[in-house]
Amino acid sequence: MTVITFIQHDGSERMVDGDVGLSLMEAALKHDVPGIDADCGGGAICGTCHCFVEVSGDLPAPDSQETAMLGLRPDRADNSRLACQIVVSDGMADVTVRLPEFQM
Amino acid sequence: MNMPMGVAAPDYRTLPLEQLDVSDPRMFQYDYWHELFARLREECPVHYQPESPAGPFWSVTRYEDIVAIERDTETFSSEPSIAIIDPEPDMILKMFIAMDPPEHDDQRRAVHHVVAPRNLQEFETLIRERTIEVLEALPEDEPFDWVKLVSRDLTTKMLATLFDFPWEERNKLTEWSDMFTSDVRITAGEGSTREVIIQHITACLQRFTELWHERKGDGKEAFDLIRMLQTDPNTENMVDDPLTYMGNIMLLIVGGNDTTRNSMSGGVVFLNQFPDEMAKVRQNPELIPSMVSEIIRYQTPLPHMRRTTTRDVELNGQKIAKGEKVVLWFVSGNYDDAVIERPNDFWIDRPNVRNHLSFGAGIHRCMGNRLAEMQLRILWEEVLQRFDTIEVVGEPKRTCNLFIRGFTELPVKVRRFQS
Repeated sequence: MTVITFIQHDGSERMVDGDVGLSLMEAALKHDVPGIDADCGGGAICGTCHCFVEVSGDLPAPDSQETAMLGLRPDRADNSRLACQIVVSDGMADVTVRLPEFQM
Repeated sequence: MNMPMGVAAPDYRTLPLEQLDVSDPRMFQYDYWHELFARLREECPVHYQPESPAGPFWSVTRYEDIVAIERDTETFSSEPSIAIIDPEPDMILKMFIAMDPPEHDDQRRAVHHVVAPRNLQEFETLIRERTIEVLEALPEDEPFDWVKLVSRDLTTKMLATLFDFPWEERNKLTEWSDMFTSDVRITAGEGSTREVIIQHITACLQRFTELWHERKGDGKEAFDLIRMLQTDPNTENMVDDPLTYMGNIMLLIVGGNDTTRNSMSGGVVFLNQFPDEMAKVRQNPELIPSMVSEIIRYQTPLPHMRRTTTRDVELNGQKIAKGEKVVLWFVSGNYDDAVIERPNDFWIDRPNVRNHLSFGAGIHRCMGNRLAEMQLRILWEEVLQRFDTIEVVGEPKRTCNLFIRGFTELPVKVRRFQS
């Protein structure tokens, strides 16, 4: 089981189990974790599930659409991702998701 | 909708597809557009119209096709214009909304922070005060025009607040905004000529340039959109490039005006048409944010954006040549039942209420979305705790404009709660 730790901008933490096949965005919504708006519902076309991801090991790299949306974020960092584009897979390592100050 | 004598909706159900006119703003003025777009989504989701006041163009009407185009910015360029009409060649303002990456991304990032939620908190108290003032001044139990006394007045005051624009001159902001979107080619000839529009753009630029210089280095610790541009290293010299400065000012004025204004009116109309939804939000005011998203979908204040193909491309079986206009009908996508459940219902707590196209999609998605949502949320929080009834008492009058879906007049009566 992959454990996802969401860390809010104020530092508060919440750990949830990641279901295989669900994205980090869907996991947050399922467990009512605040800080992710997901306006477009998972199409990488709104950018409102921006987060900073830490994981031991590799994640599939962002595709061109995700990269384009991340490019608009003034607070983009090296580990910026859209939570809707990272889907929990079998045997995936535990992951820490830091949420930005706000989504827009 | 009651139409004046001599006006009739075209028979969209039976006309041959090639005779359907998707460029006539009267479909929004008289609110008979539903059938046109329903037919196109069903029978001809990528439709070509060879002649119109704006020239030949393609119409894309299904939600999923619109999203696919918004994702492919290489093929579907936002240059030279994002409206169905082309800009005047001698007055091409630099607006990032009408640019492609990478220039678009740099410009947008440079001004994005002015409407970031962190900054919006600074404005929330002021916006609420203005909203309360406007609502308190409304007459009790007698008809008034909601567009004039609430929607127009409030958006004008909010814009003036955001720019810290001279208060006594604030109506200019709304006049300019109306003027910028009033080209005769999208208003069935009712709008303004290019000469008049250019005069207004020049006056607007002049006033904002004066304001820039007055504020630059005056040492005041004030907080407004002009000062924000001045304090950011990316935009601190923007005034030296008038076409860019004016482009951004125009984007902020138009983007923050027609859109929110018309959603402010639309909400009143929809809640009157769907009294059960009004009862729902009265019982549970926590639904206001969700209702705000639904109002924005149902209104779709900007019904289209336009792209231009950079290569020959095939979409849904249609061959679109390089350099052609492709109009994305957000207003149609927002009523596409392949994606939106029971789209004709105004349903304030619908599932996935935020999944609408009113803000667009992809890299050009509306930058001021959180500001718009905040303004509407504050309006409805204050309206619902103040007024026992908000009743539409006459036929609303709608805007005759292909780029703006809105209201010019909305007769309303309100009654306050008796304390």
